Amino acid sequence: MGEVNLAQALNGALDTALGSDSRVVLLGEDIGRTGGVFRITDGLLDTHGGERVFDTPVAESGIVGAAFGMAVAGMRPVAEIQFMGFSYPAYDQVINHVARIRNRSNHRFAAPMVIRVPYGGGIGAAEHHSESTESIYAHIPGIKVVVPSTPRDARGLLLAAIEDPDPVVFLEPIRLYRAVKEDIPDIYYTVDIGPVRVEREGEDITLISWGAMMKETRQAAVRLESEGVSVEVLDVRTLSPLDRGGLADSVEKTGRAVIIHEAPLTGGFGGEIAASIQERCLYSLLSPIVRVTGWDTVFPLKRSETHYLPAVDRIVNAAEKTLEG
Amino acid sequence: MTAEQFDSRLLDYAQREPRMPSGEDRSNDDLDIALDERKEMYEQLQVLRQFEKRAYDLFLQNLVKGTSHLSLGMEAIATGFGQAMRPDDYSFATYRGHAHTLARGADLGPVLAELLGRENGILKGKGGSMHLTSVEHGMMGSYAIIGAHLTIANGTAWAAQMRGTDQVTVCFFGDGTTNIGAFHEALNFAVIWDLPVIFVCENNLYMEYTPIDLITAVDNPAADRAPAYGLERILIDGNDADEVYETARRVISRARAGGGPSLVEALTYREQGHSRADPGKYRPPQEVAAWKEHDPIPLYHQRLLRLGVSESELSQITQDVARRVDDATEFAKSGANPGEEHLLSDVWADGGSAWRN
Repeated sequence: MGEVNLAQALNGALDTALGSDSRVVLLGEDIGRTGGVFRITDGLLDTHGGERVFDTPVAESGIVGAAFGMAVAGMRPVAEIQFMGFSYPAYDQVINHVARIRNRSNHRFAAPMVIRVPYGGGIGAAEHHSESTESIYAHIPGIKVVVPSTPRDARGLLLAAIEDPDPVVFLEPIRLYRAVKEDIPDIYYTVDIGPVRVEREGEDITLISWGAMMKETRQAAVRLESEGVSVEVLDVRTLSPLDRGGLADSVEKTGRAVIIHEAPLTGGFGGEIAASIQERCLYSLLSPIVRVTGWDTVFPLKRSETHYLPAVDRIVNAAEKTLEG
Repeated sequence: MTAEQFDSRLLDYAQREPRMPSGEDRSNDDLDIALDERKEMYEQLQVLRQFEKRAYDLFLQNLVKGTSHLSLGMEAIATGFGQAMRPDDYSFATYRGHAHTLARGADLGPVLAELLGRENGILKGKGGSMHLTSVEHGMMGSYAIIGAHLTIANGTAWAAQMRGTDQVTVCFFGDGTTNIGAFHEALNFAVIWDLPVIFVCENNLYMEYTPIDLITAVDNPAADRAPAYGLERILIDGNDADEVYETARRVISRARAGGGPSLVEALTYREQGHSRADPGKYRPPQEVAAWKEHDPIPLYHQRLLRLGVSESELSQITQDVARRVDDATEFAKSGANPGEEHLLSDVWADGGSAWRN
């Protein structure tokens, strides 16, 4: 496959899934001839035909509901929702039915389906096109929440999500779609849903993030290293089920943790991670766990976007303060 | 609308002639339905009626916990469609789904046990009254959020269409559902994809406690909207099992042959309130009385007598059903309550509820 960006990696994964499993179908708004609002399904209609890749009306509840029906009838649907803010009309389906059918039916039915949701800011498109409300999905038992930040993980996690017997909300960091490139294998491979990825090993402090904020987190780590700090960077990758042990292992070693996410602070997933770490590593902590997050406000228009999103400076400052402790 | 205006509408509603299906019961005597099939439907009507009455009795004995929603008075719809469906067809129901589960062939005992929340229930006491499901019988579930399952029914219909299995999906819902967005989303999807799906509106005249007439833009909440989606306007007497069966046969065979979806509005009436908590006192007495006169079981009983079936044969059917319901009751009562371990099982595919570690 050679060097690809995250968007190409996802496109390739969908192509591979369609080619290797006849139960896989893609549905969503404008995903056919147009190739999707972010062109993630570009060319797949031509390759796999209109029975496998097809456009739907703008009706998110209808899309996710239909995908759910397909899944309980034995298909492996992959539904695309254009932006995170557009997923809320389908939230009823996700929380009330998709996540619960296995339990409610005493394990007789399952919903092996993927809901792909581009999320996050940095593209100047305000509110519905920019928000990062992963915690409202991670809160729901029965639905997995996965967020890749590299092309390699994007391909492997998406193929794993499509294979998974449980439903997966697959969050795609919009501003990383074309911002990161790497060589990835041109074979069918999966990345386990669950484990955190230790992206960089270090001894003094653990920076914990996922998805789009991995970019700023990586930059902050480089800057801190240049100041002589040994930084460990974790890419959480799977918010549900959460790798509590993997998080604890790292902080047990470093004694310091900074959690970075672009969602607002209150009720953000950083709170769950911080609680989990202190439950397991309280006596190893050398300093309070700090969260660097978006603000408790509505995601702003373009001119204020840089004020909203956690910048590298904020992460570095938080880390330095933590290191003083 | 002010409170005064609403009250005046309610008053006006209460003084109206009760809304009843048009047509004479007798006219359906001539429908081309074999007598044996009619006897089967009579038995099914008896099963659904006696089962629901028993469920009510068990509720009064505090054995059915939580709420549940009975379809007493509405049995002809489940009966007619159940009779017309192939065993491998799919069906979806609402929280008022006992009849639709039984009508697909689920055993009485495990369904009643499920209402009691017992381990020998059809879902081991995890689904309960509002989420009855039976995989073996194509009963894809009861859905207790209004409208959601219409879009889900499109998914199973779509899967059948793609696989070329000619299975048909039948999705039941109430009149209140016609005013939620998912109803309209689902109809549009079904039409543009030409799906083998039948949407059946059981119009029992009340959205929970409010007359559907008072809060809907058209007189017939489903039938009047069908033309907006390019669908045939179908309005039938939902209390006449033969009329339901005749309609079901027609729209199901059309869907099976690739003729696409249908929307059926079946007029009917709840004998009781919306749920166990509701005595249904908001309904005008003359309306209750008029529909009592149009109860699906006496209606069908009289028809079979006219067609030459003896009173004693019908009585025998009724007694046999009573025995089956008694047996089911014993079975249900004998079940254990679910253990604590049930609480934490079957959230994920591995059978558990634990997060990773």
